[in-house]
Amino acid sequence: MSLKYESTVREPLINGTKDFHQVTEDIVRPIEGKPGTLWYIGLYISVVMLLFGVFSVTWEVYYGIGVWGVNKTVDWAWAITNFVWWVGIGHAGTLISAILLLFRQGWRTGVNRAAEAMTIFAVMCAGQFPIWHVGRVWDVFFIFPYPNSRGPVWPNFNSPLLWDVFAVSTYFTVSVLFWYSGLIPDLATIRDRAKTKLRKFLYGYFAVGWTGSVKNWQRMEALFIVLAALATPLVLSVHSVVSMDFATSVIPGWHTTIFPPYFVAGAIFSGFAMVQTLLIVTRKILHLEEYITLGHIEAMNKVIMLTGGIVAVAYCSEFFVAWYSGDFGEGGAFWWRVNGPYWWAWWCLITCNVICPQMFWFKKLRRNIAFTFFMSIIINIGMWFERFVIIVLSLYHDWLPSSWSYFSPKWPDIGFYVGTFGLFFTCYFLFAKYLPVIAIHEIKAVLKTSGESYKAKMGPIETESTEEFVKEVAHTAH
Amino acid sequence: MPVKNFVVGCFTEEPAIFKAVKKVRASGHKLHNIYTPYPVHGLDEAMGLRQTSLHTAGFFYGLFGVIAALSGMAFVTVHSWPLNFDGKPHFPLPSFIPITFEFTVLVSSVGMVLTFCWLNQLMPFVKKHVFHPRQTDDLIVMVLEVSEGTNPEELKTWFKDLNAIEISEQRAEEGWWFGNYAKPAHYEKQPGAEEVIVP
Repeated sequence: MSLKYESTVREPLINGTKDFHQVTEDIVRPIEGKPGTLWYIGLYISVVMLLFGVFSVTWEVYYGIGVWGVNKTVDWAWAITNFVWWVGIGHAGTLISAILLLFRQGWRTGVNRAAEAMTIFAVMCAGQFPIWHVGRVWDVFFIFPYPNSRGPVWPNFNSPLLWDVFAVSTYFTVSVLFWYSGLIPDLATIRDRAKTKLRKFLYGYFAVGWTGSVKNWQRMEALFIVLAALATPLVLSVHSVVSMDFATSVIPGWHTTIFPPYFVAGAIFSGFAMVQTLLIVTRKILHLEEYITLGHIEAMNKVIMLTGGIVAVAYCSEFFVAWYSGDFGEGGAFWWRVNGPYWWAWWCLITCNVICPQMFWFKKLRRNIAFTFFMSIIINIGMWFERFVIIVLSLYHDWLPSSWSYFSPKWPDIGFYVGTFGLFFTCYFLFAKYLPVIAIHEIKAVLKTSGESYKAKMGPIETESTEEFVKEVAHTAH
Repeated sequence: MPVKNFVVGCFTEEPAIFKAVKKVRASGHKLHNIYTPYPVHGLDEAMGLRQTSLHTAGFFYGLFGVIAALSGMAFVTVHSWPLNFDGKPHFPLPSFIPITFEFTVLVSSVGMVLTFCWLNQLMPFVKKHVFHPRQTDDLIVMVLEVSEGTNPEELKTWFKDLNAIEISEQRAEEGWWFGNYAKPAHYEKQPGAEEVIVP
């Protein structure tokens, strides 16, 4: 039994009859076994995509940014769109691990590890775009403020683009730290049960000497709660700063005060959609349906509904303000979104982000795996179009009708984007094979309060009076 | 670190370990440590361990981050290369807040994780004795030190009375040393290592 108690009304977080050893076995099994054919095929395709990306970027670096479809009017296009899209996807992991930890949401334990890994890989992909977009990439270190022999020339601390450098790099570092510190006890679990010498050596190396002593755990819990408290405002700040890249300019369509919360909600919206895409496949292939349950999927769908609603409200207020402000440029920008040459992009965004998620009002659909998987892809397409609409559709019709332009991607644009998918999935496939995709120790910590078989035994307690309950459960146990 | 003798008892249930801790503190036996596969809340308090100061360290790292970021930017924009943007102040605090915040979080997190590793002696190639391979799997492992004048048999009976599911006597090095987990530790190769009794 456990010294903690959770109401039986709540859905169990872990299905089936499990004890601690079974949890370890279930989660470590794919690591110790041989990967299936599907894994090899997936990894192979990902690596090919990654190599195509490397080729496209090499091409771009050699010939210059001109090989992309950007032009004098639309000087920011796919690279920035993809950057914002990937950073947005990277918001779900730390939200799950940090914000839901502070809110004591037990269901985070089943999904946090994979979501955090996804965050890290997504931010890695995002980082590629600004780096290669600078054109003369060999000078990219100019963004770092350090005393130099060029004057010294310093970066502009008033610029949101520099804030972005700090925000994204801090976010990446903190996410990696958060993720890795949580991994240490699980790596030690694999180390201690390893049969082969190589595995013992490697997992022993990466488990950095963890033993699981009481003091180890006490410090880890303290570390986690403070890191969560630090990471919570960090998550919100990162996409706020990304939005300020646009909002602090004077371009109609960008110069909006609602951008920070609007972007953060959109980021969480797309991030959770990507978590759904990955976890629905992962739980199936690795047979983790009992740990990533329908309850988890439904909980994430609820977050998607909430943030999708916020995003929809933001779209409406943008249009309302464009009309109500009477600002000529602003009104034009939004009129062209609906009626301009890119009308299809805007309608695609509205269909995917506003209309489709309304299906989630039905509980049956929230708990339908195939539908959730389909919706998660629809939302990610919609969120990509949201960024495309914000970026390209605010630029292509500028103040001078004679310079109005259109943007079509060239093959290096597409190759670069495909390459980041390659990077993302290569990392994810390696992660799913070599690291535990579910936080083993966190599952164990909630098993006896939220495991299905343990909850079943708890039934009679709830019929007791409060006083009796406190006396019998909370005090006599120790 | 010295090589010592230990008696190890394994438990499966949380309440049993709390009972054992209560008893061991009353009995005067030397409690070396308890290893658990997941954080057992309240066990640190029951053992009489003091609360960690990691949070306080985190605060001071953060404070350092704030000061470093603000003074660094002030140095650049006021002293090293002041620029006149339309007569605006050289030190515009509001637009320095994002970087100050990010840097504070960065310094605080990195500092705390490094402190965490330092306090727990966590580093690649650091090795510690694993008293039971299942201490990171499903067993709560309590380790008593066989101090001078103590009979190990007495400790074993003590564990038996508490219904420990597995009891063993082990000779192990205290603390940590450099090594890897694929190779046995130096003291394990010495004669006398066979003395380890696993029931």
